[in-house]
Amino acid sequence: MRLAQQLAVESDLVTADLVEVTEFPSLAQRYQVRAVPRTVVNESGSFSGALPEAEFVKAVIAAAQSR
Amino acid sequence: MALLSDRDEKEVRTKLAGLTGRVTLVNFTQELSCQYCRETEQLLKEVAAVSDKIALEVYNFQLDKAQVAQYGVDKVPATAVVGAKDYGIRFYGIPLGYEFGAFLSAVQDVSGGTTDLAPESRTALAELAQPVRLQVFSTPT
Repeated sequence: MRLAQQLAVESDLVTADLVEVTEFPSLAQRYQVRAVPRTVVNESGSFSGALPEAEFVKAVIAAAQSR
Repeated sequence: MALLSDRDEKEVRTKLAGLTGRVTLVNFTQELSCQYCRETEQLLKEVAAVSDKIALEVYNFQLDKAQVAQYGVDKVPATAVVGAKDYGIRFYGIPLGYEFGAFLSAVQDVSGGTTDLAPESRTALAELAQPVRLQVFSTPT
């Protein structure tokens, strides 16, 4: 989770929502959250797991650029 | 009854002792239909009390429409962690357990306005050409 926050501090284009999924079950269903942490990028891309920094940044950029 | 034990409060105080810039915790809450709104506000009050660099603002999600729009909040409880500027960091739900560590880290990061991301990461982020909204789903344990 901290990486998402750090990306938001580093880039004016990035925002980071940290969502406690048990309080928002409808979102868990919408985004098919079955394991945490799960990161959703721009409503479309997503990945699971706590990735190391380089992989996290790569995954975010790839998801942001995917259609 | 306090949410932070004496030991927790001491740990929080130690962790936030080195804050440089001011941080504002902007909390959005409502009376009804919100499982942990009251507890979230209490937790934020206890955190804000440990440092004179932290201020707390509390808004009603139903009534304070201007602030809801300003911070782009769409559900409660919500907490925007704001430094000298709003970096777009929001916590939805009560930040307890594992998420509490992330919350304290957010306070530290926005206080300083800098990160310890690697140069390669910063370079990659600089290449972004469109807004990116990250939603990280987690649980307290």
